[in-house]
Amino acid sequence: MSCAQTIHDYALRSIGIGERLLPRSDFTLCQQFTLIGSGLIWNIYFAVCALALGFFLSTGVALARSAPSPFVRKPAEWFIFVFRGSPLFIQFFLFYEALTLLPKAGIDLNLGIVEINMATRWLTRAWAGALIVLFLNTSAYGGEIFYGALRSVPKGDLEAADAYGFSGWKKFRKITWPTMLRLAWPAYTNEAIFLFHATTLVYFSSFPAWQQKGDALYYASYFADKTFNPFIPYPILAFYFMMLTLAIIGTFGLINRRLNRHLPQSSRKGLRPRMMLVR
Amino acid sequence: MFDYCANPDTLEGLRWFSCYLTTAKHMMFYESFLVVIGLMLITVPCAMAFGFGGALAARSHVTPLRWIGKGYAAMVRGVPDIAFFLFVPLALDQGLEWMRHKVKCPDWDQPIRQGNDFVVCAQAKLPLGSAPQWQHETYGIILAVAAFAFVFGAFAAHVLSGAMNAVPKAQLETAEAYGMTKGQITRRILIPQMWVYALPGLSNLWMVLIKATPLLFLLGVQDIVYWARELGGSKTSAYAYPHPDWRLYYFLALLVFYLGLTKVSEIGLARLNRRLSRGQATLAGEEQRKAPA
Repeated sequence: MSCAQTIHDYALRSIGIGERLLPRSDFTLCQQFTLIGSGLIWNIYFAVCALALGFFLSTGVALARSAPSPFVRKPAEWFIFVFRGSPLFIQFFLFYEALTLLPKAGIDLNLGIVEINMATRWLTRAWAGALIVLFLNTSAYGGEIFYGALRSVPKGDLEAADAYGFSGWKKFRKITWPTMLRLAWPAYTNEAIFLFHATTLVYFSSFPAWQQKGDALYYASYFADKTFNPFIPYPILAFYFMMLTLAIIGTFGLINRRLNRHLPQSSRKGLRPRMMLVR
Repeated sequence: MFDYCANPDTLEGLRWFSCYLTTAKHMMFYESFLVVIGLMLITVPCAMAFGFGGALAARSHVTPLRWIGKGYAAMVRGVPDIAFFLFVPLALDQGLEWMRHKVKCPDWDQPIRQGNDFVVCAQAKLPLGSAPQWQHETYGIILAVAAFAFVFGAFAAHVLSGAMNAVPKAQLETAEAYGMTKGQITRRILIPQMWVYALPGLSNLWMVLIKATPLLFLLGVQDIVYWARELGGSKTSAYAYPHPDWRLYYFLALLVFYLGLTKVSEIGLARLNRRLSRGQATLAGEEQRKAPA
């Protein structure tokens, strides 16, 4: 079987398009590259959706955390503590069990005049259930990062905003928020990288890979189990993730440049490609 | 455990629970908490040893050694740690068996990789096929600890090499002026001064390590996740203590356990940090000095 044929059969296997049966023997390098790359679609889906949604909740959590009223602050503090203080692996298990306990037939919502049947089945599927967990998890980590940045917004900036007559929403939108983002961005980049790595946990916690549609690590461990040779699939996976990490650093670096564009050249800091262990 | 537990069918309410929670299997569940903490405490020195090796290699004057050190510290940044947890035990196992195979069966003529199998001679198996069960289990745990030490060693190498670079250059130059050798400078000047700079990174690492321990489950260790799934699953009336699916509550207990562990560590590390900042020429040290006694 030629490599082009393999790519045609398996490139979209992880989302159910193409050959139904996974290769069972005589594994070629091309098959391993294609299938593991195909699984990467799920890693990107989980990470991009969780980050895109989590970004807004992170901002909300950070704002709530710095609110003066304890009724707003305390829930935010607990949210951050629970999701940052416990392993993501346990969170996956917990949410999976909780979501499977929902009635299978769906929940009947009585809205006065009409009754709607809300299906719950889809929540136990990885694409929704795991996404919810990752979304909440990254919101907690992001919230903590943004909170730290919010507290380090220079006093002078805020006083200047007051002097110009900015207040309320306008002050937040024009002054506080952009500065917070600018300060938080290096740490947030790191969080994004860790989130991408965390997506590999999805199919190893309790969420089942339905019809063998899994992520990159799922296929890598499939090959390692079948061939009993870890030295080929895992380096392939490592290669893909290295590329992905570089892509994240590149993308976030561009955003960083835009966030810092008003600063004099000398005080601009590039995103240092260094690991910060914030988790 | 209690006398009245002899016949579980007749029990009700609190008594039922007191018997249920003290069955032999639950005792193993409680033991597994200690196993997890024990494994963490074993992993820390191993990871620190790996980290020291990596950090010192990254400062080495021998170029290939420096590349290895730097590559090792940078590697875990790009690749998910769970991939290493799956890879390292398997690779280590096969590497050891391969070496033993080469030594013990030199006149073996068949290839080791036959299609999808990895075949070594019977004497090279690790542990030997005839070994008792506990040896197999211990071997599995050792491989798991090795995988953890490898990954966290790389994180530690990163933290430690950063801390070593943070030690003021003048200190090292002064030591050189006093005629100390390279080894003496490292042992007497560099390492003692490095700790203050390394502490924030290392305490963060400890937190990350705590949160990585449930992954032991993936390595086949009978840890708390294993027992939570085992005990929580619904039990029919064929069992002594039938109950519906309680896994949610078992996992809630694990969540609370981990939150507690995190909180205790946070408090402990904050104390350690205060202790280490005492008398230091840093902001934290200055605040302690000015605070009314």
